Amino acid sequence: MTIYGVAILAFCYVIGQLTGELLGHLIGIDANVGGVGFAMLLLILVNDWFTKKGYMDKLTESGIQFWSQLYIPIVVAMSAIQNVKLAVSSGFIAILAGTVPVVLCVSTIPLLTKLAKPKSTDHHGHYHPVP
Amino acid sequence: MDIITRFLEKNGLIVAFLAVGLIMYSSAIISRILTNRKLPGSAIAIFAGLVLAYLGGLYSGGEKGLADLKLFSGFSLLGGSMFRDFAIVSTAMGASFVVMKQTGWVGALSLFIGIVLSFIGGVAIALLWGYTDAVSLTTIGAGACTYIVGPVTGAAIGAPSDVMALSIAAGLVKAIFVTVATPFMARFVGLDNPHTAMIFGGLIGTTSGVSAGLAATDPKLVPYGALTATFYTGLGCLVCPSVLFLLMRLIINE
Repeated sequence: MTIYGVAILAFCYVIGQLTGELLGHLIGIDANVGGVGFAMLLLILVNDWFTKKGYMDKLTESGIQFWSQLYIPIVVAMSAIQNVKLAVSSGFIAILAGTVPVVLCVSTIPLLTKLAKPKSTDHHGHYHPVP
Repeated sequence: MDIITRFLEKNGLIVAFLAVGLIMYSSAIISRILTNRKLPGSAIAIFAGLVLAYLGGLYSGGEKGLADLKLFSGFSLLGGSMFRDFAIVSTAMGASFVVMKQTGWVGALSLFIGIVLSFIGGVAIALLWGYTDAVSLTTIGAGACTYIVGPVTGAAIGAPSDVMALSIAAGLVKAIFVTVATPFMARFVGLDNPHTAMIFGGLIGTTSGVSAGLAATDPKLVPYGALTATFYTGLGCLVCPSVLFLLMRLIINE
């Protein structure tokens, strides 16, 4: 049933957001701390567990998939209700804040790839201390 | 005429579904005809949303963009935090712990490096532009992660709407930039195998930009990049309004 999927998603959402609210309260900031993140982790776990148990069928899954396909349209609606008029007055900052970090991140790729490689050569027996 | 307007007002959410559907459809057409699919339809649609918000703000003088027009008041529900967070959580379906293990430690490492580096880059530029309060700096830094992390963070720590819009704009610029620039950057950083694609997805994180950019580079790499990128927004939503915000508050010393 499609509603089961939506209900599973709603369950993860409620638990995750509540955890975020409580965590925010605990560390003393009046804000939801990572509620969405907790809900996502919970959904991955629950989905994994249900799939293993065989509770997940096509229709149940479609109840969750429907929402993940609505994610871009909802983001469109969200961008349509922002105070763009005010943001435009400082337009160039958005362009720099959107591009500079990307260049920064991409420039670390060769380093990260190298970091990952020594492990694989080790794996193939590059270094074997003789006891 | 009055009857029609009142009817559309009363059914705001449904009208918003219709309007967003039309925006998405026309954006897909624009993407296909004008840009030969180089710019993804979703990026164009989000940009169109920002333009409409600008026009709505100009017309009504309010602060909620298009939603200030009574006809489009349903946008505030559809684009509000409840639906937004619900839909974001659902995207976690694309990942499983088993696959996560195969991604290995480099994928996880690249996620953290990607978020922290993007955040620092965004904060540095916000500082240059004269923002000094921890809330605005964090929100713009989070916007440099993705256009989801920005507003989620901003909403969580109580950022003003104009800073929220700025962080969405930064995230949007990032998505478009990644889409357009990935094929050019790919040669310089050796982005031609699944392993590097996973690192790339973790570092950049904006799922629409990564999947569109990799599709333009080599379609075979798309699932690998999208796989790690899926975790980026969730991790960013977890880290930005908590650890990174607290760090910012410590450094700024408010």
